[in-house]
Amino acid sequence: MNRFIKGLKGGIPIGLGYLSVSFTFGIFTVSQGFAWWQAVLISLTTVTSAGQLAGVGVMARGGSLAEMLISQLTINLRYSFMSVSLSQKVSEEFSGIKRWLLGFFMTDEIFATASGEKEVDSVYFSGLSVMPYIGWGIGTLLGSLLGNVLPQSLMNALCIAIYGMFVAIVAPVAKANIKVLAVVGIAVALSLAFYYLPFLSGVSDGLAISVCAVAAALAGALVFPVKEEESDG
Amino acid sequence: MDNGSFFIYLMVLAGSTYLIRAIPFAAMRRKVKNSFVRSFLYYIPYTVLSAMTFPAALYATGNVTAAAVGLAVAVVFAVLGMGLTVVAVASSVAVFLAELVINACIF
Repeated sequence: MNRFIKGLKGGIPIGLGYLSVSFTFGIFTVSQGFAWWQAVLISLTTVTSAGQLAGVGVMARGGSLAEMLISQLTINLRYSFMSVSLSQKVSEEFSGIKRWLLGFFMTDEIFATASGEKEVDSVYFSGLSVMPYIGWGIGTLLGSLLGNVLPQSLMNALCIAIYGMFVAIVAPVAKANIKVLAVVGIAVALSLAFYYLPFLSGVSDGLAISVCAVAAALAGALVFPVKEEESDG
Repeated sequence: MDNGSFFIYLMVLAGSTYLIRAIPFAAMRRKVKNSFVRSFLYYIPYTVLSAMTFPAALYATGNVTAAAVGLAVAVVFAVLGMGLTVVAVASSVAVFLAELVINACIF
């Protein structure tokens, strides 16, 4: 039970961050002509930010199912790497059906928080998933029903929260471990290139993130291999 | 759009997102021994999060300067060892205040 509570607490900041992000998703989806329950249903079945936005885009313009599938595969490719990465940290009992069920909740932030644990058991992971899932659903509901009731300045401020969390996860490790700092530097440099270089900026954001993350991690593994005990930590 | 097409779209959207997460998670049963692959998997969380943050975070708010202030505050607070919630709230407050100041200077 303690492990569940620990997970629950770890999920609180994620849930809060998700409130604001999914609020924006709710507003966007209704503005594209969808009903509030459709926005909520998309959020509760999919639980991903960029993928949902792209998915609503495809639906709204009546795109093909193949287009839907390809956009989701490229945007969400990063989850495969996260799943493989986290599979190395899970405890003995976290197997079989538990992985099929809980794999549903493998979001960027849940993955990142779980990665900070020495060992991830299924009870902790379940607890960790609760608040983000609730936050994601409620935020979507409020956004699609209330629309633009919050002042723009407040919405703007809330939108940075999720990135603040990312920074809070990466910065302490990068400060303590110069190899991580170097690899993070490579990832950021590549990401900037994809954003600002004209011949690369046409690549979708989701695919660009996967390419940058994989290339930087490959470079890191080549140049700065980590020792056994480091990668366990 | 009629409900029928909505549900077909939703099945593809939700189904593909689920499978891309769950299949690798369920399929990787053994610990990877290879040190190159282990290193790669060790770095993945950090490279994913950094690539998602820069430069996208700069354009997440209404104003690039305000967003930069928010990010700078997040980095300082995180390096000082503050927790996730504190860092997230501090960067939001910083963006809010920065936008106030910027708007006051324009008008």
